[in-house]
Amino acid sequence: MNKPLHDLSIAEAGEKLRSGEVASSDLVEAVIKRAHLTEAQLHAFLTLDSEGAREAAASADDDLAKGKDRGPLHGIPVALKDNMTTRGLETTASSQILAGYVPPYDATVVTKLRDAGAVIVGKTNLDEFAMGSSTENSGYGMSFNPWDITRVPGGSSGGSAAAVAAGSGLGALGSDTGGSIRQPAALTGIVGLKPTYGTVSRYGLIAFASSLDQIGPLTQTVEDAALMLETVWGHDPLDATSYSGEYPDPSTDLDRGVDGMKIGVVSELTGEGYEPAVESAVSEMVERLEGAGAEIVELSLPTFEIALSAYYLIAPAECSANLARFDGIRYGLRAEGATTEELMAATRAQGFGPEVIRRILLGTYALSAGYYDAFYGQAQKVRAGIQEDFARAYSLVDALVSPTSPTVAFKAGDRVDDPMAMYLSDICTIPSNLAGHPAVSVPIGLDERQLPIGFQVMAPALGESTMFRVAAEVERIASFEARAQIAEVVG
Amino acid sequence: MSYEPVIGIEVHVELATESKMFCGCDVSFGSPPNTNVCPVCLGLPGALPVANRRAIESIMAIGLAFNCEVSSRSVFHRKNYFYADLPKNYQISQFDIPVCHDGYLDVVVDGETRRIGIERAHMEEDTGKSTHIGEGGRIHSAETTLLDFNRSGVPLVEIVSKPDIRSAAESRAYAQSLRSIVAELGVSDARLEEGSIRFDANVSVRPTGAEEFGTKVEVKNMNSFRSLERAVDFEIRRQIDLLESGGTVVQETRHWDEEADVTHSMRTKEGSSDYRYFTEPDLVPMVMGADWVDQVRSTLPELPSERRRRYVGLGLDDDLAGVLSDADVALREIFDESVAAGATPKPAALWLTGEVTAWLRREEKDSSSLELDGSTLAELIAIVDEGVVSASAAKEVLEGVLEGEGSPREVAESRDLVQISDTSALESVVADVLASNPEAVESYRSGEQKVVGFLVGQVMRATQGKADPKMVNELLRTALSA
Repeated sequence: MNKPLHDLSIAEAGEKLRSGEVASSDLVEAVIKRAHLTEAQLHAFLTLDSEGAREAAASADDDLAKGKDRGPLHGIPVALKDNMTTRGLETTASSQILAGYVPPYDATVVTKLRDAGAVIVGKTNLDEFAMGSSTENSGYGMSFNPWDITRVPGGSSGGSAAAVAAGSGLGALGSDTGGSIRQPAALTGIVGLKPTYGTVSRYGLIAFASSLDQIGPLTQTVEDAALMLETVWGHDPLDATSYSGEYPDPSTDLDRGVDGMKIGVVSELTGEGYEPAVESAVSEMVERLEGAGAEIVELSLPTFEIALSAYYLIAPAECSANLARFDGIRYGLRAEGATTEELMAATRAQGFGPEVIRRILLGTYALSAGYYDAFYGQAQKVRAGIQEDFARAYSLVDALVSPTSPTVAFKAGDRVDDPMAMYLSDICTIPSNLAGHPAVSVPIGLDERQLPIGFQVMAPALGESTMFRVAAEVERIASFEARAQIAEVVG
Repeated sequence: MSYEPVIGIEVHVELATESKMFCGCDVSFGSPPNTNVCPVCLGLPGALPVANRRAIESIMAIGLAFNCEVSSRSVFHRKNYFYADLPKNYQISQFDIPVCHDGYLDVVVDGETRRIGIERAHMEEDTGKSTHIGEGGRIHSAETTLLDFNRSGVPLVEIVSKPDIRSAAESRAYAQSLRSIVAELGVSDARLEEGSIRFDANVSVRPTGAEEFGTKVEVKNMNSFRSLERAVDFEIRRQIDLLESGGTVVQETRHWDEEADVTHSMRTKEGSSDYRYFTEPDLVPMVMGADWVDQVRSTLPELPSERRRRYVGLGLDDDLAGVLSDADVALREIFDESVAAGATPKPAALWLTGEVTAWLRREEKDSSSLELDGSTLAELIAIVDEGVVSASAAKEVLEGVLEGEGSPREVAESRDLVQISDTSALESVVADVLASNPEAVESYRSGEQKVVGFLVGQVMRATQGKADPKMVNELLRTALSA
C-alpha cells in the first residue's frame, strides 16, 4: 500500500529521499497542498511560507544531488510553533501585541533546523504566548482538531499538533511549559515530547515562564521524535541555562523492549476528573507492559496533588516579568497615549488577550511585597517537594507512566469560561516541567467517539534513552496506525 | 540642640569591559545612537542574557580592594519597573545575595583616619538613555523622547556604604578615595564627567547622642566631588533648619541643582515602589570558588594602605607618603620609575606632589597626559644636586620639560639657567661688585660680617641668578679677607 507523501513518517520520507524515489520538493509540495486543503477547517497555521519552503527544498535537493547529506531531517518539511523567532518571517506568538513583528534573528532551534537541511513550511497557531490548553486563547482565532473539527486540538502547541496530525508537516516543533506539547499531541493522536530542561536552547523562544519552558518535537512516531530531538538539542552558549554536559542518545534503546525494567504508575494521576475511556486504555497499556516483561510498581507522589497550584503561581510570576517588554516602545503594537505611561498601558490593554492579562495580574500579585512569601515563596517550596518526590520514585523505578491528559479532546468553547477546568487539562503533565524532567506522550488508541488517547512516559533528568525505550515499546504494543480523517476542502 | 549628620553613599561604577554585561555588544562611549545594540540589550522577544565573566571578575576585584567578602554563590534577580529606556522593563540586578559584602574603606580627613563600612557591592546592568526634546528638556514638558540603547546592558557595579559617614568633607574624601582605587584597579574609566562613576548620597540628621536614625533623603545628580560635598552640606543644613523650625524631614529623593546650589524635591511617585524582585530564571547562580577568588586577588594592584607603608620604607615621612599614595596613578608611576633611575625618593615625591601637581592644576591638564618620565625627573634632581641649576631655577626647568622643550639639561641650557660655576668668570664679577660697593667693604672690614649677604645678592643680581650662591659666598670672603 502506498501512503500519500504527507502521511509518511520522517524516517520513511528520509529513506525515499535517499533512494531517490522522491525529492524534497515533492514532499514539500505534498505538504503545502495538504495544508491548503485543510487549513480552512483546521487553522493550524498563522503563516504559511510556501515560497521560502520551496526554495529550501530546492536547495536541499541540490545538496543531496551533490552527495551532501545533512542528516535525518535533510529535506523534511516541518512546521514551527509561532513563538520561535524566524529571521524575516513574521513571529507573533499569537498575540495582537506582536502583529506584524518580523524578527531580525533566528532562534537557535531554527538555525539548527536550517543547518540540518530541514524545510520550514510555516508558523503554527498557539494560545497567546503559549498560555492555554486549547488554542482558544490565540489572538488570531483558534485551531481545530483534525479528528473532529468541533473540538480543540489541545494547546498551547495546538497548531503544531493539528498540522502534524493532518499531514501539513511531517513533524513540528512546539514548546512545553506545563504540557503544551504533550497534551495537544495526546488530543490529536501523535507523539509529543518535552525533553530535559536545558537540553534544547531557549534562545529565540518567546518566553512564557523561563524556568519551565522547553522546546520539543511533535511527530507521527517515537522514532521521528528521537530524530528531531537529536537535530535540535545540544549546548548553546547563547542560553545560560543550556546543559553543557554529555547528552544521552535517544535512539540507542528504541528496540530494546521493557523486559526487566521497573515502571511506576502514579496513583495521584487517576480518579475523579479522568474519563473512563482514558483510564481503561491506560490501565490496559500498563498491563501489557507488564506482559512485555516490565515490573509494575504503584507509587504515591503526594506533591503531585498540589503541583497545579504551584505551577499557577510560578508560571504567572515569571510571565509577569517576561511579558513586561511588550510596551509599544520599540516594536509591535503601539496604542495612543498622552504620556509614556499611558501609551504603555493602552498598548498592553489593547494588545494582550484576557488570559494573558489574567496571568500577568496573578503573577504580579504573587510577587508583590507582603504576598511573596505566601505565594511565590511557598510555590517554590512545593516545586522542591515535587523534585524530592520524583527523586524518591526514581530510586525505585526506571520510568513513570500516566495518562497524558485526563480527557480526550473537548468541544470548542466548553472550557473557555472556566479557567480552572482548562487548567486541569495539564494536571498530568505539569510535574515534569516543575522538575525539569523529560516526558513524552504516545497515542495508544481511540475512545468510543474515535478520539485519540495519549499515554505519558516520564523519566528522570537526562533519562531520554530510558524514556524512549519505554515509549517505543508502548508504540509497538498500541500499534496505533489510525490517521485523522479530514475532508479536503478547497479553501 | 546640636545634630549629627548620618550619611551613606551609593556608588555606581560602569565597568570598562570589552562587551556588555549580558551580550557581546561593544561598550565604548560616544558611538552614534543605537549602534552598539543587539536582540539581547534591546530586549527583543526570545533573546536571553548570558553573564559576562570578565565583569564578574571586575566586581570581585572591587570587592577585594575594599576588603569585602566574596560570596561563594551569588544570584541575579529581576528588578521590575516600567521605564521607556529599560528595554525589558526589568533590570537584571542582585537582591539578597550580592557578589561582595561586608568590607570597608579607610579614609583620611583632616589627618585623621576614619573607617567607612561597605555593606555590599553588587552587579547589575545599565539602562538606555532618554533625551527629551521640547520645552525645558524635562520629561513632563517633552514633545518627543529619543531613546539610545547603547548604554543598555553595560555592566554596572553598585557599591553601598554603611551609614558611617558623618560630614560633607568625609563624604567627599570617601568618594575620592573610592574613585581612585576603582581607577587604579583598571576595571572602570571612573570618569565623573562621562558618568562612568556616579555618587548618590543618603543623608539624615539626628540629635547628637541619639541612637535612632533620622528620616533619610536621597540626593542625586552630583557630577563632581565638589558638588557632592556641597550637596551633602546643603542637605545637612536644610534638614537641621527644618527640624529647628519645628518641621519634619520627608523621605524622598532630591535633585542637586548645581547652578542654584540647592537640592530640589524630585516629583515623587505615589506610594513606595515595589520592585517585585525574584530570581532571574534565565541565568544560573554564579559560583565563586576559592581558586577563582585567589586568582583575581593575585591580579590586584598595590592598594593605598600597602603603598603608604612601602613609601615610608623608602624614607618618606608619613604625611608625604600619604599624599603621594593618594596621588594619581600616573604620578605614582613616575615616582617609582625615578627612584629606580636613582633619584632620592624624598625630593622626587616633593617634586611630584608639589610643583608637578601645581602645574597640572594651573594648566588644567590630566596627569595621564604628562610629558614626564621617571628618568627625566631623576635627571632634574641630579642637576640640582650637581649645582648645574639652582633650586629656584629648577622650577623653571621643570616647566620647560613639562612644556615639551626637552630634557632638563637641554631646558637649563636653552632657557639660560645654568649656574655660573666657572671661578674666573665669577671672580671678575665679585671684583666689580666690591669695587662699586666700597661702603659695604668698609663695613665688613670693620666687623659687620652679615653684609656678605648683601654682597652675595649683588653678585646674584649681576649674574641674573645664575651664580652658585655657595661659591659666590666663598669667593667674596676670600676677596674681602685679602
